[in-house]
Amino acid sequence: MSAAIEQLERDNPLVEGLERLPVHATTLVIFGATGDLAHRKLLPALYNLAHEGALPERFELVGVARREKEDEDFADAVKQSIERFSRQKPDPNVLEGLLKDIRYVSGTFDDDNVYSELGRVLGEFDERAGHPMNRVFYLSTAPDFFPVIAGKVGDAGLTKCEKADVRIVIEKPFGSDLASARKLNAQLLEAFHESQIFRIDHYLGKETVQNLMALRFANTLFEPVWNRNFVDSVQITAAEDIGIEGRAGYYDHAGALRDLVQNHMLQLLALLTMEPPASFEANRVRDEKVKVLESIVPPSVEEVASMAVRGQYGSGEVSGKHVPGYREEENVPADSRTETFAALRLAVSNWRWAGVPIYLRTGKRLARKATEIVVTLKPVPHMAFQSTGSVGVQQNQIILMVQPDEGVSVSVGAKIPGARMRIRPVHMEFHYGTSFVSQSPEAYERLILDAMRGDATLFTRNDEIEALWGIIDPVLTAWDQDTSSDVPQYEPGSQGPQDANTLLAPGQTWRRL
Amino acid sequence: MSEDVWSEQDTTPDAIESALRELLRQRHVDNPSLAPARVLNLVVIADRDWLGEISNRLERVGRYRASRTILCTVEKGRESLDAVMVMSYNEAPGGSLGVIHEKVEIDVGPEHLPRLDTIVDPVLAAELPTMLWSPHGFHEAVKTLLPMVDVVLLDSDDHDQDDIGLPRSAELLERAYVVDLAWLRTTPWRERLAACFDPRDRRPALASLEKVSIRHHPLSGPSAALLAGWLSSRLGWEPARLSAHNGDPMHGSLKSADGRHVEIELQPFDQEAPGLAGVTVSWPDGSLSLDRGRGGLQAHECLPDTRQLDWQILGASRGEGGILGEGVRQALLRDGTYGPALHTALELRP
Repeated sequence: MSAAIEQLERDNPLVEGLERLPVHATTLVIFGATGDLAHRKLLPALYNLAHEGALPERFELVGVARREKEDEDFADAVKQSIERFSRQKPDPNVLEGLLKDIRYVSGTFDDDNVYSELGRVLGEFDERAGHPMNRVFYLSTAPDFFPVIAGKVGDAGLTKCEKADVRIVIEKPFGSDLASARKLNAQLLEAFHESQIFRIDHYLGKETVQNLMALRFANTLFEPVWNRNFVDSVQITAAEDIGIEGRAGYYDHAGALRDLVQNHMLQLLALLTMEPPASFEANRVRDEKVKVLESIVPPSVEEVASMAVRGQYGSGEVSGKHVPGYREEENVPADSRTETFAALRLAVSNWRWAGVPIYLRTGKRLARKATEIVVTLKPVPHMAFQSTGSVGVQQNQIILMVQPDEGVSVSVGAKIPGARMRIRPVHMEFHYGTSFVSQSPEAYERLILDAMRGDATLFTRNDEIEALWGIIDPVLTAWDQDTSSDVPQYEPGSQGPQDANTLLAPGQTWRRL
Repeated sequence: MSEDVWSEQDTTPDAIESALRELLRQRHVDNPSLAPARVLNLVVIADRDWLGEISNRLERVGRYRASRTILCTVEKGRESLDAVMVMSYNEAPGGSLGVIHEKVEIDVGPEHLPRLDTIVDPVLAAELPTMLWSPHGFHEAVKTLLPMVDVVLLDSDDHDQDDIGLPRSAELLERAYVVDLAWLRTTPWRERLAACFDPRDRRPALASLEKVSIRHHPLSGPSAALLAGWLSSRLGWEPARLSAHNGDPMHGSLKSADGRHVEIELQPFDQEAPGLAGVTVSWPDGSLSLDRGRGGLQAHECLPDTRQLDWQILGASRGEGGILGEGVRQALLRDGTYGPALHTALELRP
């Protein structure tokens, strides 16, 4: 065999130059296929991938849920989800093709018959394809079922398939504290190898979050100042202007800390502060994230009061309308102590970040919907300009806007036109909307495709999950133990509780929402 | 969609540029949340008689609009410049960012073409990549604009009958990056062929291909040749001239790196849509066919054990509007496989 032929058999030369990388034949099994997440996000995302020709060359879809249904009824429900929530107007021919061979397996997730029937369906698809197809089990269920399903899939012998890859995708919440996350990791690892497990955090599928890595590691402009010598503080905000919108069942058990801080916000923090990975291979990126997360020293329970603030939105007027307080929301207990606002001050104890305070803030029913990261640089060492007659020289800020207006803004001091040397900050801005013609795909489209391709870069590894919980756990414990004081209320439509200001170093302020 | 419009007869490039600047300034004063898109200039040179068709095609690119489109329409006998400028935008609610797109239509005469650069240059948005599209020829104007453009958009299939599309693309490729719509029509086929042979156990079949048959719209010979050129250049086959006799399919034999002969056949096929209709690749103990179908490609595979498999590969047709939009989007990317495919395709021509 010639060297050229050997090379050809080793690498696929047809892939070079293609924007869309091949995805091998796959059967996707969605557990909880009749649930809200599947209905609003997963099934429309699958359609959009099909519409754009991005699904694997052979693709089969199986839904698993408790409700009794025939395949045709499930196909009808999927069609309705897609017609209602797809970002693209469905093409009838593509939709018909997607729904043609769709299968539904009904039963409770602890029922062995569900898995034997599933095995039969998977075997039938493999037979029809002429070879074993990759399998992705997507767990879009309540978290209590994660270990049950993983265990049953393992017991049924479906976690391994000769000449094909088998993967499992797990939705958040991944545990409710460090102990439960560890237990769940152990349960999953009894049935699957870590390389088969894809823990989804849909935030990581957002273009602007991925752009954080591009901004840091594709530019020489920022990296020289990305350290304790130049950075004064970092603020990460995930604010919403709405309340819990009928999600009391979930939210009252979770609260702001578990809902957003433990996952999305700490992920942003990790991407912002991690060292440059040697390559963007999944484990190299995740190694760096774990390293920096482990550099965040968790507070002791006693220290929590000085580094964390919580709050609950009260009732009041927003945009001229009365809105209920959290405890008045439907199905929320009148004595609920669940926080709808959380602010933390963290420190990354490593050479790069020592001494730089990192502030996290999230809340519902705040003044504005905004997710952003603000990196404030230190003041200039010597002030040559007079500040009389202007706001004067301000600290530079690098603002990474995740939503709603995705982009980056850098504030710099500029001379106000006129005879005097007066300075005020101006913004140099980059907006996705004005700088690219392409539309960002939905985060779920990107992540489902990555899971089918086996690219785990944007998924959370087991040690990463445990590192994330390790930071939050003492705060949860302290707040659970503190039953003496009431949870502070804050005005709806406001900046959050005043107490959040106590976390800031002297002279620092929260960026106004 | 709201619009601000400015127009002037017997105008000058400087007056157009000043008016553009003033319209943008005024719009920003009225609504600071509006910002001009700053991605790409698209310069189009078109025959005035075909203005409607070109305008329609540009409309259909959807979200892949250039930030600033400068449409120069050439009208016989015209000696002065007339210009119309339209600034369109959607005012987003709640102070969110709204994006402005600009379109400048300049009526020019044939005598302006040798120095069209002096008309277009002042009107370009500075610091942006510039793409040039001249669907009706006007080679002299293209030549004068080439030093200021980064990307040339063309469609080799447009010139199939006179067989100048591919040579013209090769000529321009020496001066600028070329986005060829005929090449983009082959994208789904290239993606699917790459995917079909991606599993490692399918790779030996790829290494032993013995026949490639490409079916194409009668006027899309260049697309078919580009697909053949792509396979040949990617798989290291030695190109050789194909032959065509009395309306038979174009065919010939190429030599692979290990000395095997690979038969190539390009066959016109009656279909409404431009581009490819199907492709069949065969190896000693099997074959795979992909054919255009409703809602994607229809795949048919013959396995070594004589079984035959049929399935659908999902994907919506992009339509010609979508292809042009894709062409605009590709201005910001670089595909290093087009050049080798093009040069191989040129060597396959009878």
